[in-house]
Amino acid sequence: MAAPASFVWTRRIILTLLAGFVLLPVYVMVSSSLKPLQDVSGKFQWIPSGLTVRPYFDIWKTVPLAKYFANSLIVAGAATVASVIIAVFSAYAVSRYAFRGKRVFTITVLSTQMFPGILFLLPLFLIYVNIGNSTGIALYGSRGGLILTYLTFSLPFSIWMLIGYFDSIPKDLDEAAKVDGCGPLGALFRVVVPAAVPGIVAVAVYAFMTAWGEVLFASVMTNDTTRTLAVGLQGYATQNDVYWNQVMAASLVVSVPVVAGFLLLQRYLVAGLTAGAVK
Amino acid sequence: MTSTVTADPRVGKSDSGGGRGTGGARRRLPRIPDRIRNGGLPYLLLLPAILLELLVHLIPMIVGIVMSFRQLTQFFISNWGNAPWTGLDNYSVAVDFDAPIGKALLHSFFVTCAFTFFAVGLSWLFGVAAAIMLQENFRGRGVLRAIFLVPYALPVYAAVITWAFMFQRDNGLVNHVLHDQLGITDQPSFWLIGDNSFIALLVVSVWKGWPFALLILMAGLQNIPNELYEAASIDGAGIWQQIRKITLPSLRPVNQVLVLVLFLWTFNDFNTPFVLFGRAAPENADLISLHIYQSSFVTWNFGTGSAMSVLLLLFLLLVTAVYLLLTSRGRKGSGV
Repeated sequence: MAAPASFVWTRRIILTLLAGFVLLPVYVMVSSSLKPLQDVSGKFQWIPSGLTVRPYFDIWKTVPLAKYFANSLIVAGAATVASVIIAVFSAYAVSRYAFRGKRVFTITVLSTQMFPGILFLLPLFLIYVNIGNSTGIALYGSRGGLILTYLTFSLPFSIWMLIGYFDSIPKDLDEAAKVDGCGPLGALFRVVVPAAVPGIVAVAVYAFMTAWGEVLFASVMTNDTTRTLAVGLQGYATQNDVYWNQVMAASLVVSVPVVAGFLLLQRYLVAGLTAGAVK
Repeated sequence: MTSTVTADPRVGKSDSGGGRGTGGARRRLPRIPDRIRNGGLPYLLLLPAILLELLVHLIPMIVGIVMSFRQLTQFFISNWGNAPWTGLDNYSVAVDFDAPIGKALLHSFFVTCAFTFFAVGLSWLFGVAAAIMLQENFRGRGVLRAIFLVPYALPVYAAVITWAFMFQRDNGLVNHVLHDQLGITDQPSFWLIGDNSFIALLVVSVWKGWPFALLILMAGLQNIPNELYEAASIDGAGIWQQIRKITLPSLRPVNQVLVLVLFLWTFNDFNTPFVLFGRAAPENADLISLHIYQSSFVTWNFGTGSAMSVLLLLFLLLVTAVYLLLTSRGRKGSGV
């Protein structure tokens, strides 16, 4: 049955407005990244008068963007890998076994997920300073220390999503694997993990995106050598001028990898959310 | 294959329970009962997660609570174990609403509440509208869905910094459109300081937040059985009636989770105001996370900052508990 005209027109109007709203900053980002400095410093122009790709070359010189890029990649990548691996084990335990303390564990995980990062920032900062003073291990300012703070948000989320996803995989499957001679870990890696690939991908994508965009911990816990993109992008504002064309070019460059990855994998993310979060 | 799958578990269970199978040498070994074996294994699997939860959540939380009872100024940062004990002093400073610090905290709390109300409401509204409009197949649906998810995928700082550029007074797009092109405002307005900052923050937050609502609601819509719509259209219900009578009520459980998550994220948001305004937000857009950050790391008053954090934590726990209680009762009452 074809939708009535009233619905089709409402749909057209609503979707057009929303698409315009969503794409407006994207257009500004792309068009401004191709303008010379005097154009982005003056009145905004919808249609650039002179196009240039110079900002894309200058961004690497104005600030050490490549270094920030590498730092972000290491920190977000390590936090993602660590939280997904640890979450696979614990979600398997929660989903497949009955044991004392299960409720306490799941409630703890769920509730820490709702706490604001600001709550952990100061204590972690103090703990790092203390460890540095007493043992000489420099967690404060190091990439390792930053990765650890990223687990405050990526670990509970990963555990919670994977519990939901593992629950949606029939238990008969891994029971059968155990009967066929697999140990519990064999059942996990040969049956549950392969069946949960969409969920695991969804969790990994989400964890990476969140870590890639994290600002709070990055702005306090990094120094000159470990700075991530979140903080480094502020370097395009000097005392006299903001290189808006370079800011936009750099923003685009750091966004393209995650947006492309996300759009490629979004089908998994929806599947993962369906099984994990929405029930 | 399927027959062994269904038949074998029973064999397995009787084996491990009785322990006297007819099988080979392995089965004759003394078997540890499943109950005890399971008793150890889950904990072993959980061990890494428990250790890390202790390290990144529980210990910091205890440190935070202890520090809220101490006089923790910059002099005691490297030696915070020796910071003098001050009892409830930090709390009385934080909630003394006649003095500057308490007054600012209370103001920030109300700003955050108002901001969260509008941001969650609009994000939900946009999400539900788009999810319903994207439910049926039409040309360009896949492209639109991808476009709508872009704000969700963009790194926060890249997206928000672009908005900050658009809200610039002299060279931003917003003033160019409102003042130069449409002539709505008498003169170019300030958006990142003063009264308008609330609106600017709200626009950015909704832009960034509504795609998540869309994502969750699209997932929720997939769970509504098609038979419901078929039955309704046989009974002569039009598409608008189907949306009102089937789609929206069926989304209720999803909405309850979604609104809670959106509330927590919006209420706790630090990234958006920090990138938009810098370390100190204008008074009208002074969200609580940034306010606590500023109280701690800019004015170096960590003790009061800790007390504020604990108060925030208590508030969030209270709201979540009340919300879960109300929604679970609602669910029982309506029979969903």
